[in-house]
Amino acid sequence: MNILAIDTSNYVLGVAVIKNREVVGEWVTNVKKNHSVRLMPAIEQMMRETDTSPDELDQIAVAHGPGSFTGVRIGMATAKSMAFALNIPVVGVSSLEVLARQGTFFKGLICPFFDARRGRVYTGLYDEEMNVVMEEENIDMKTWLERLHDMKQSVLFISQDESAFREMIEQELGERAVFPGAAHRYARPSYLALSAMKKPASSLHTLMPNYLRLPEAEQKWLRQKEK
Amino acid sequence: MNNDQYLLAIETSCDETAVAVIKNETELVANVVASQIESHKRFGGVVPEIASRHHIEQITVTLEEALQEAGMTLDDMDAIGVTEGPGLVGALLVGVNAAKGIAFARQKPLVGVHHIAGHIYASRLEKEFEFPLLALVVSGGHTELVLMKGHNDFEVIGETRDDAAGEAYDKVARLLKLSYPGGPEIDKLAAAGEPVIDFPRAWLEEGSFDFSFSGLKSAVTNKLHNAGQKGEEFRPEDVAASFQESVVEVLSTKTKKAAAAYGVKQVIVAGGVAANSGLRARLLETFQETGQELLIPPLKFCTDNAAMIAAAGAVAYRQGHRAGWDLNAHPGLDLEEYGKRGRN
Ligand SMILES: [Zn+2]
Repeated sequence: MNILAIDTSNYVLGVAVIKNREVVGEWVTNVKKNHSVRLMPAIEQMMRETDTSPDELDQIAVAHGPGSFTGVRIGMATAKSMAFALNIPVVGVSSLEVLARQGTFFKGLICPFFDARRGRVYTGLYDEEMNVVMEEENIDMKTWLERLHDMKQSVLFISQDESAFREMIEQELGERAVFPGAAHRYARPSYLALSAMKKPASSLHTLMPNYLRLPEAEQKWLRQKEK
Repeated sequence: MNNDQYLLAIETSCDETAVAVIKNETELVANVVASQIESHKRFGGVVPEIASRHHIEQITVTLEEALQEAGMTLDDMDAIGVTEGPGLVGALLVGVNAAKGIAFARQKPLVGVHHIAGHIYASRLEKEFEFPLLALVVSGGHTELVLMKGHNDFEVIGETRDDAAGEAYDKVARLLKLSYPGGPEIDKLAAAGEPVIDFPRAWLEEGSFDFSFSGLKSAVTNKLHNAGQKGEEFRPEDVAASFQESVVEVLSTKTKKAAAAYGVKQVIVAGGVAANSGLRARLLETFQETGQELLIPPLKFCTDNAAMIAAAGAVAYRQGHRAGWDLNAHPGLDLEEYGKRGRN
C-alpha cells in the first residue's frame, strides 16, 4: 500500500511517501513561500527519490483544512486531480488532527490551534488516543480557554502561533498548560498519511476543504440580511 | 499510426469552471462549463473567494463530465492545457494545480495558456485563420486591438487607458438598477430605445487605436444626476441605447481604421462583450462594406469556456511550449510575452 501525503494548508509545505506502513520519504519546509510553485516539484522529487512512479500509488492523503483558504485549495486541487487521474481513493484529514499527532506521547488532552486573527483561533481538542474530545471550530481563544479550564486536565498546546497566545493560555490554565519544543509545533505529512490509513476513503467529488469560516462577502451579506 | 492530436484544457480564471477536449487544434470533442453566475448575483459582481470555492467543488466533476462527453480517457490525451492568466489569482490557482496534478499523475506534457489568446482562438473553432488578422477583444476586464501576423504572434496595437468597455457596461447597469450581469440587460433595453442622448465619444489623439471609457461612464452618471435634480426623467431604454451607441461607434470605427491601416484579411471579435447584439450588428455592417472577413464566435464561445483555451493551447503545444511543474497562476500575464514563448 503506497500513500502520497500532501499538506499545504498552512505555512508548512509537507509531502510524504509511505510504503506498507513505512515512512520512506518525508519533506517539510516552514517558510512563507508560494505553495503553488513549490508543491509539484516537491512531489516530483519525493517520488523520484523513493523510486515511486505515479501509477504505483494506491492512495492520496490530503490535509483539508482549516488553514489558509488558498493554501488548502492548492493541496486539495492537486490531491483530488491526482486521485481522479490515477483512479485511486483520496482521503481528507483535518489539518488540526495532523498537528495534534505531534503530541502522540503526551498523557492528557491535546489542543492544536492556528491563529485565525482578531483573537480567534481554529482549534479542536483530542485525547491521547486521538479521539475527538471537542469538535474543531473557529472560536474566540478566551472562550475556548474557559471551556478547557473547566475540564481540569493537563492540556498540550501545539501551534506555530504559540507565542501570540502563550500568555493568555498560562493565565487561564496555569500549570496545566503544557508546551512542546519547537520541533513539535509543525504538522508532519507522515502523520497525515498514517491518519488517513485509519479513515474510510472520501468520495472524490464531495471531498471539500473545511474552511471553518464563511467568505468575508457572505458574512457581510448575512449581517445585512439580519438587519 | 495515428497522428491525431488530443488536448484537454481547464479554465478557471473567473466564475466558470470549464473543461474541454479538442482534436487536431480545431475539432471540439467535449465542452463542459459549470457556471457560478447565480452564486454571485446577490453580491452584484464576482466575489473572488466565492469563485475559488466553487472551482474546487466543481473541478473533478467537470473533468469527469468532459471525458464522458468525449467518450475518451486521459490515456488518449497528448497534453494538458490550463489557463495560466490573466484572471483572479485564487480562481486560477485551482485550475493550474488541478492541471499539474493530472499531467504529473499521467506523465503528460503541460501547457500554460493565456486567457485572451483563448478568447481570440475561439474563432478558429469556426473558421481557419488567415493572417494578418485583427482581433477586437472586449470583455469585463479587457478592451484591446490585437494584430496577429501568425499563430501565437500577438501585437497589441491599441488598448484601454482606463476602464474596459465591460466595466462601463457594469457601471451603467448599476446606475439603471439592472440585475447582474449588466451587459446583456443593457443590450436588451437598448434594443427597445432610441439613442436620443448625445454621450461623448473618446477618440483620443489622431491615429491612436487606444480606448477610454471612464469619461463616458461619468457622462452617464452626471446626465442622470442632473436630470434627477431638474425633475426630468429619461426612459431607461433611451439611456441604454444612447450609451450603447457611443460604445459601439467608438469600437467599430477604431476597429475599421486599424483593419485598414494594417491591411488585415480577417477581423475577429472576442470576449464576453462580443455577445452584444448591438456591437455584432454594427460590425457586420462595417465589414460588409470593406470586404474584410468578420469572424464572431457563437454566443457560447464568447463567454468564458475551456474550448477556447483548448484551441489556443493546442497551437502552443504544437509550437513546443511546455510548462514546468513549478507552473504558477499569473494574474497579470502579458499577451505579447506569452506569444513569444511558443515560438522561441
Ligand atoms: Zn474571459
